[in-house]
Amino acid sequence: MGLFKSILSKVKQGLQRTRETVFGGLRSLLLGRRLDDALIEELEARLVQADVGVKTALRLIDGVKRAYQSGAMSTGDDVLEYLKRELKALWPAEDRSLHFAQASGDGKKSPTVILVAGVNGAGKTTSIAKIAHSLRAEGRTVLLAACDTFRAGAVRQLEIWSERLGIEVIKGQQGGDPAAVAFDACDAALARGVDVLIVDTAGRLHTQDHLMRQLTKIRDITARRIPGAPHEVLLVLDATTGQNAVRQAEEFARAIKVTGIFLSKLDGTAKGGVVIAIHEATKIPVKFIGVGETPEDVEPFDPENFIEALFTDR
Amino acid sequence: MFERLSEGFQAAFRRLKGQDRITENNVRESMADVRSALLEADVHYAVANDFCEQVVKDALGREVIKNVDPGQQMVQIVHESLVRLIGGEQAATPGVPRVSPGPTVIMMCGLQGSGKTTTCGKLAAYLKKRGRSVMLAAADLQRPAAVEQLRTVAEQVEKDMPGGSQVHFHSEPDKVAAYGQAVGAAIQVCQSAYRKAQQLGVDTLILDTAGRLHINDELMKELAGVKSAVPPHQTLLVVDAMTGQDAVNSAKSFHERLHVDGAILTKFDSDTRGGAALTVRRVTGAPILFIGVGEKLEALEEFHADRIAGRILGMGDVVSLVEKAQQEVSEADAAKMAEKMAKGQLTFDDFLEQMRSLRRMGPMKQILGMLPGVGSMLKDVTIDEKELDRIEGMVHSMTKEEREKPSIFNHSRRKRVAKGSGTKVEEVSKMVTRFETVSKLMKSMSGMGLRGRMSAMRDLQAGGSEMAGMPALPGFGMKKSTAMASPKSRFKKRK
Ligand SMILES: Nc1nc2c(ncn2[C@@H]2O[C@H](COP(=O)(O)OP(=O)(O)OP(=O)(O)O)[C@@H](O)[C@H]2O)c(=O)[nH]1
Ligand SMILES: Nc1nc2c(ncn2[C@@H]2O[C@H](COP(=O)(O)OP(=O)(O)OP(=O)(O)O)[C@@H](O)[C@H]2O)c(=O)[nH]1
Ligand SMILES: [Mg+2]
Ligand SMILES: [Mg+2]
Repeated sequence: MGLFKSILSKVKQGLQRTRETVFGGLRSLLLGRRLDDALIEELEARLVQADVGVKTALRLIDGVKRAYQSGAMSTGDDVLEYLKRELKALWPAEDRSLHFAQASGDGKKSPTVILVAGVNGAGKTTSIAKIAHSLRAEGRTVLLAACDTFRAGAVRQLEIWSERLGIEVIKGQQGGDPAAVAFDACDAALARGVDVLIVDTAGRLHTQDHLMRQLTKIRDITARRIPGAPHEVLLVLDATTGQNAVRQAEEFARAIKVTGIFLSKLDGTAKGGVVIAIHEATKIPVKFIGVGETPEDVEPFDPENFIEALFTDR
Repeated sequence: MFERLSEGFQAAFRRLKGQDRITENNVRESMADVRSALLEADVHYAVANDFCEQVVKDALGREVIKNVDPGQQMVQIVHESLVRLIGGEQAATPGVPRVSPGPTVIMMCGLQGSGKTTTCGKLAAYLKKRGRSVMLAAADLQRPAAVEQLRTVAEQVEKDMPGGSQVHFHSEPDKVAAYGQAVGAAIQVCQSAYRKAQQLGVDTLILDTAGRLHINDELMKELAGVKSAVPPHQTLLVVDAMTGQDAVNSAKSFHERLHVDGAILTKFDSDTRGGAALTVRRVTGAPILFIGVGEKLEALEEFHADRIAGRILGMGDVVSLVEKAQQEVSEADAAKMAEKMAKGQLTFDDFLEQMRSLRRMGPMKQILGMLPGVGSMLKDVTIDEKELDRIEGMVHSMTKEEREKPSIFNHSRRKRVAKGSGTKVEEVSKMVTRFETVSKLMKSMSGMGLRGRMSAMRDLQAGGSEMAGMPALPGFGMKKSTAMASPKSRFKKRK
């Protein structure tokens, strides 16, 4: 699938960087070493420090321990293979591509709607600029909806991105009803016949009932205006988040049926291991990672690189 | 979690009966649970290990207090140690220092999206309320609309927040540039803001800097540049309370490069356990000064180590619950309600009002989860928010008279309410009966103290009355399999 083809070189750079760090990390920890209790303990420490969570870390380690005791596993190389196999299976390739609207019988195609949500400051607006940029580079037309009518400067922030990218944005009144903006944006997307409409929403905590209901309402509005919408519902998750991210994923999934995670801020030292626990709890796949603050700083999620980076000692 | 902790201690200490000192063996065994509690709360791995070692040392050789459950005693020791670690020697007067001659300069720093700009506004409001004039300076020249965001925030503080003193704003929009293009210019903005604040006689100057990664050398240098050019009297690190293990890395780097004087943890209004607080405190040694508890400008609170310690251990944050309740219900209303309860005169209107204000505070389960001891019970309690909606619907379909006098409900009235709210007559009947039971229960309990109330609930529960206590409130149920308390009743432990 040709998605994000245009930024392949960027991806390659990312891979390069990951590979470099990997040699100082997982590989040097495991390769060529005999498996023993100390190594198993070290593995557990690395997993927990990658925010995988105690329960998930113990579950993964248990498999290693059992295999070690039964003699089925005796070297660090075996462990590496085992963990990669276990974890990679969580994110099959087919789960990681963006969902687009399908053409109907008469060959007409309505716009694809991507709804983007997440807690405060997770990186939603910036991630939208990234997705929009990539879609544009693939030759698709894009429209943005500024449904964060609450936070100071939020509309202006999205507007500046839209100006830099040369994309139109539909906005409403500061303090106005975000659902009304979503409504207008859907109509505008239909009228202009754009390929993709991306809806930015205000940051909200998953514990704020009324705001979660407001989000459901926004989702429902898009569903009513455009058949099959929203085709993709992305939860933007800050990779530095700890175990609370599981609760976030569960609650957002309940409110708006999240279809994928955009894991932002992986360019820091955080590993984002909590997405493994999230997968256990909700089965939501990770689709993209954010690795910086400019529109180019996005990569498709690659489980293999991600797993290796989990154990690096940055 | 707290329940699980004390259960763990309980088991480990069963053997202790008859001994009069806490020994290493008793403690070590049970510390495994403490350690995973800390890790699940996002305390850093190494910090959690250190902490557990410390607690073992503290506890060893302590006398077992007679008549106190040794498990409880251990929980107490863990909690105390945690409070000491997070709180440390907190400044006697928390808040923002003041130098003379002014202006006092505060520099905010932290990772992207942690809440710096919002917290600048909250601090400005905090100072304004205390009669101190403020200038907010926009030194984030790279994030799109960062300057506009701070300007709006400054205007809001000036216009809407209580206090007489002025709120100034300084920005140099011409220096704004794309990512990586304006590095260093922030230093000049901060310098000219300082000169302006000095001329205007501003009390406190707050510098809002761009979010940056602690591993971005160029941007960290920029902050160090501001630090030596201006220099700020306080450098405050703003950290997201939901941060996981990585808090250790970012806090360490910011502290090494800038020497952090204090930390502010934001987004504590979420249901995060907030273990990052312990990590940050441990790594920087700097006191945690404030916590952010919402997006609004007044949502800033002074930090209380004991509350956060309880939260990290999963002990429930009762004080916060009470405070939250206070925000929703005025004291006068609460007193009126208590009196009505005492007289058994609770009406459906009161009930609806109570339910509404409770629900405004957040999802029921979260609210109840804050009550100590309720945490572990909650896994068996089903709270049906949909049923709560239905109940609201039923009350809405009642006449004024019916709401005030539940006793007048006869069959035809029930039928009408059912029709009006799209529910079944049986549902309405059940709800009315439950309401009356609860109302009576409250009347009988209102004379008792907390202990009395607890034991009344317990007795009712033990008697197997389905109507007893919280689970009988309309909208709340217990899962069938666990509704009956097991012989080792959870209540017993909380005596
Ligand atoms: N280093 C890094 N920074 C990022 C990344 N994604 C976003 N950011 C930064 O994180 C901060 C917050 O990003 P926003 O896009 O405004 O986040 P948001 O979720 O829209 O925030 P609210 O709308 O306020 O809830 C900004 O400073 C972004 O530049 C990333 O992948 N890496
Ligand atoms: N719920 C909640 N939201 C908060 C709190 N503090 C800040 N926020 C929100 O978090 C998001 C990010 O806040 P900002 O103040 O823009 O963060 P920042 O650190 O200035 O971000 P950058 O400048 O991009 O690094 C916004 O949506 C704020 O409204 C808090 O205590 N509670
Ligand atoms: Mg945003
Ligand atoms: Mg900011």
